Amino acid sequence: MISEKTITDFIYREAELLDTMQWQAWLDLFHPEGRYWIPLEWQQQDPVLQPSLMYEDLLLLKVRVERLAGERTFSQKPKSRCHHLLQAPQIVACDTTAGIFKARTSYIYTETRGDMLERYSGWASHDLVEVGDALKIKLKRVDLVNFDAPFGNIQLFM
Amino acid sequence: MTKYGRNAHAIAALVREAEVHRDVYVDPEIFELEMEHLFPNSWVYVGHASQLSKPGDFITANIGRQPVLASRHSDGSIHVFYNRCPHKGVKIASEPCGSTGKFFRCPYHAWSFKTDGSLLAIPLKKGYEGTGFGDTQASEGLSKVRNVVIYRDFIFARLNDDGVSFEDYFGESLSTIDNMVDRSPEGKLAVEATPIRYMHTCNWKMLVENQTDTCHPMVAHESSAGTAVRVWKREQGDSTEVPMAVQLYGPFMSPYEFYEQSGIRIWPNGHGHTGVANSIHSNYQDIPGYLHQMVAAYGETRAHEILGEIRHNTVYFPNIMVKGAVQILRNFVPIAVDKTLVESWVYRLVGAPDKLYERALMYNRFINAPTSIVGHDDLEMYERAQEGLKSNGNHWVNLRRLYESHEEQDVTAVINGTSERQMRNQFYAWAKFMTMDMDKRVEAAE
Repeated sequence: MISEKTITDFIYREAELLDTMQWQAWLDLFHPEGRYWIPLEWQQQDPVLQPSLMYEDLLLLKVRVERLAGERTFSQKPKSRCHHLLQAPQIVACDTTAGIFKARTSYIYTETRGDMLERYSGWASHDLVEVGDALKIKLKRVDLVNFDAPFGNIQLFM
Repeated sequence: MTKYGRNAHAIAALVREAEVHRDVYVDPEIFELEMEHLFPNSWVYVGHASQLSKPGDFITANIGRQPVLASRHSDGSIHVFYNRCPHKGVKIASEPCGSTGKFFRCPYHAWSFKTDGSLLAIPLKKGYEGTGFGDTQASEGLSKVRNVVIYRDFIFARLNDDGVSFEDYFGESLSTIDNMVDRSPEGKLAVEATPIRYMHTCNWKMLVENQTDTCHPMVAHESSAGTAVRVWKREQGDSTEVPMAVQLYGPFMSPYEFYEQSGIRIWPNGHGHTGVANSIHSNYQDIPGYLHQMVAAYGETRAHEILGEIRHNTVYFPNIMVKGAVQILRNFVPIAVDKTLVESWVYRLVGAPDKLYERALMYNRFINAPTSIVGHDDLEMYERAQEGLKSNGNHWVNLRRLYESHEEQDVTAVINGTSERQMRNQFYAWAKFMTMDMDKRVEAAE
């Protein structure tokens, strides 16, 4: 039975997997049709016909993960690391009958590489579905507070 | 002490045969001289007329160090001004785009201006009576950029009053813009999306050079495009349809022979393009319904002619690159000697299927975004170059690939696609437009 606590634990676990660079375990959290989305416009509705910073399916996320470990991935020499500082997730929907589970989490994300440290603030919206006994990510959407700023490289996952 | 200011000879000496001196990338004085001479002497992209669809719409931009403002006037005409109030210098518009209504109003003292720049009103006007205000430049309103040309909705401006005409400056190179516009069944492009912005800690010219550098994709992008191809081969299973994403990534891994045969065309004044005979954009899957629309609009022959012209990257000197086949323009905006803002714009082909726009937006975020793995590969190389050029081991950057002695300058030619000649072509233009007005200014100062 999916409870609000199950959803909250899931979101903390997801951030922990990213922070500890357990990429494969992170990919396993996604539903086969799952998407990871970072919009480029305020309150964006359409990931396809409006511009986004990222809108990736599982194949593309696998490419990213595999690339991070590549021998000739020069932008990862030295490697990046990341840190998520999460506020308590707000449960937006937890409807076990309809199978709709949604949460919104405000957080600060830090990505570092070499001597550089970059900080981003935003909100993650998780749309989750129940598969067997577990939750899977149907959509992880990251709305940055400064989505329109000119960023340098963002190499890991927010 | 300045080393290069008012010294056309020293600047010209930075470009020799097939090498350029590292100072063109790392010397802050050279950067300031580019802002003072190179950009004002060149025709620089300001924006697209579709961003100014109604009277009162405006956009802001920079040409070199100069903030400018473009607006649509009530009679439909487009004007470009220096973005400063003639009174105390306050910027009139601070947003990238917007609508000002019938007039601009300075937020400091409420001087107001018509959308053609002329002075509309000053509060307490009688305080200026008998002061000779009418004889001042301020009484004319916003200072106009006199040389503005709108070519098929692309707004270009040259800040210096004297210089090479628009037609002489771009010449045949405008064929890439023509092709991009003609790809719309209605012959029209529209900016609907905000640009992807990406801050690069490197000199702006490294980005421009990279647009016609065909010897790096299979090396630098092995990590991104190479991995994409490998993962797809492994994961595709029984799938016969190649996803759009893999169609976009895959061609980056084409072998040297592919790029050699694709060819590069150079034009006078530093313009040039890759992908003459073939390009990395050639083998995308057809979008259902599109060809039919094009044939209906242009007729069979002309439609195929338009769609058969599939250029890769067209460099418009000094600082934009146009990709006609995927409707993208990248603007390399110089901020400092080692800092460049990259704005990547996508145009919608008016009247064409949504799928084409979807593909263009996808290409833009796959290749040109701060979250793009292909972009990460490139920026890493630029940053390493910016660092490495500090080395005293060698002061010169080598551009000798497929160099022929007594290479003609300011000509049109089609050459081997792995040549570094387009980079030499750019540096020849760089020296020309850097020094064009320098001797004259020296004389004026003496």
